[in-house]
Amino acid sequence: MTDIATYNFAYLDEQTKRMIRRAILKGIAIPGYQVPFASREMPMPYGWGTGGVQVTASIIGPDDVLKVIDQGADDTTNAVSIRAFFKKVANVAVTTETAKATIIQTRHRIPEHPLNADQVLVFQVPIPEPLRFLEPRETETRKMHALEEYGLMHVKLYEDIARHGRIATTYAYPVKVEGRYVMDPSPTPKFDNPKMHRSPALQLFGAGREKRIYAVPPFTDVVSLDFEDHPFEVQTFDQPCALCGAGNVYLDEVILDDHGGHMFVCSDTDHCEKRRADGHHGHLAPETHLALEAKEPAE
Amino acid sequence: MTDEPLLRVSALSKFYGSRVGCENVTFDLWPGEVLAVVGESGSGKTTLLNCLSTRLLPSSGTASYRMRDGQWRELYRMSEAERRFLMRTDWGFVHQNPADGLRMTVSAGANVGERLMAVGDRHYGRIRATAVDWLSRVEIDEDRIDDEPRAFSGGMRQRLQIARNLVTSPRLVFMDEPTGGLDVSVQARLLDLLRGLVTDLGLAAIVVTHDLAVARLLSQRMMVMKDGRVVESGLTDRVLDDPRAPYTQLLVSSILQV
Repeated sequence: MTDIATYNFAYLDEQTKRMIRRAILKGIAIPGYQVPFASREMPMPYGWGTGGVQVTASIIGPDDVLKVIDQGADDTTNAVSIRAFFKKVANVAVTTETAKATIIQTRHRIPEHPLNADQVLVFQVPIPEPLRFLEPRETETRKMHALEEYGLMHVKLYEDIARHGRIATTYAYPVKVEGRYVMDPSPTPKFDNPKMHRSPALQLFGAGREKRIYAVPPFTDVVSLDFEDHPFEVQTFDQPCALCGAGNVYLDEVILDDHGGHMFVCSDTDHCEKRRADGHHGHLAPETHLALEAKEPAE
Repeated sequence: MTDEPLLRVSALSKFYGSRVGCENVTFDLWPGEVLAVVGESGSGKTTLLNCLSTRLLPSSGTASYRMRDGQWRELYRMSEAERRFLMRTDWGFVHQNPADGLRMTVSAGANVGERLMAVGDRHYGRIRATAVDWLSRVEIDEDRIDDEPRAFSGGMRQRLQIARNLVTSPRLVFMDEPTGGLDVSVQARLLDLLRGLVTDLGLAAIVVTHDLAVARLLSQRMMVMKDGRVVESGLTDRVLDDPRAPYTQLLVSSILQV
């Protein structure tokens, strides 16, 4: 522990953590309500997860196991550096396995592996206000939340259908929490919205630049907004993951060459690796190729 | 028509510090009646309109409104939530500048549909059909439904604003210089349209204008304001043809005859 003596545990000072915990508790008490908090400068730029990092720093303890994902992946810059940050300032165990983590800080995905009641999901949120692009005045949007005037949210969905023939919003898809507050689920794909509904894990949202914290307590109703004649639907994919063969998961497109070659693979890298270790293979997995080559007679 | 008024205003005053916005205004408005408030710039017309529509709180005086269930409610004692609900269901407000009353960045159809969605309509097909119907009633082509109001001319924007306000069939509409800033032929068409809608729907309206011709065409009754006070009120034709107060006489005689 001597090597981190220059830092307070988990970087933030105790008074700050106390302030943030109070905001978190208020957020949990009023599901979906955006609680203002005195966001601190963090040693990373805004937009890199300063809100999520502050929430994580306030709830993490020495026994926690941290997982950090960025668009589902454990190995991208944002995920690697935040994981390294907490390893250094809190000396906690880190993992890439969803099932082993107690705190999962995420940028824009919810892991495919179902979460349990002992886990906390911390979202990094760029713009917490779902009404922002329709109503620029903060005083007005707060009033609209207070008076439950959410007609405007449907104006946005109406515009989608009028322009594209269907609700074309694919991420940051607005949800109503516990029948009261309309909430921006952060820019997660709408594929993940149903996972928020009555999730056993606590879900916390931190927006550092916008200085807001909000929360979805365990087993809370999270309903995606829609029209009666245009119901909410999640994205579907024509093919399973090219590496692990998983269906019903969110896929990323990966460009393979400059001749139009591409493949769709799991956005959740941990899920994909797990499946491959368990012997599942997609049509582009190296194992499949080896197996095919072994079968074909050499010419 | 019922034998009870829709709106009762009594001794309404609004002061900006020691300056007078409007002072001691008293009148009743009946269902289906159009009341014009005329006067020169700075005479307190808009202050009065803003007080009545609860966009401003008056310094003293009362205003009561008969709700759809027949109950009288004191406007300035209602909660903000109730006032805002009234504002987007039973009332309308037509601004002089359509950009103030429209959402300029969403399509015409969404502008008309917003109030329906605000009161809980969640059926896209129905909302769109209503929007199409209302656009045609204000003489906007159906194929402009997905255009943003930014692409509309001034007259079209004003008509769109009217459609947006009338879609929930309000009983009372406030209009602040609805024809201001439009050229005369467009004005004439808009007035014609407004007159038709007001008659068809049995709307009550309070129209603030400095244009006596607008008052003559639209209203049954008018109030003339000067320096925040009502100097004369009565049937529109009577006031315009036989003005009694010196100021009204001056106002009527200043109209340019072409």
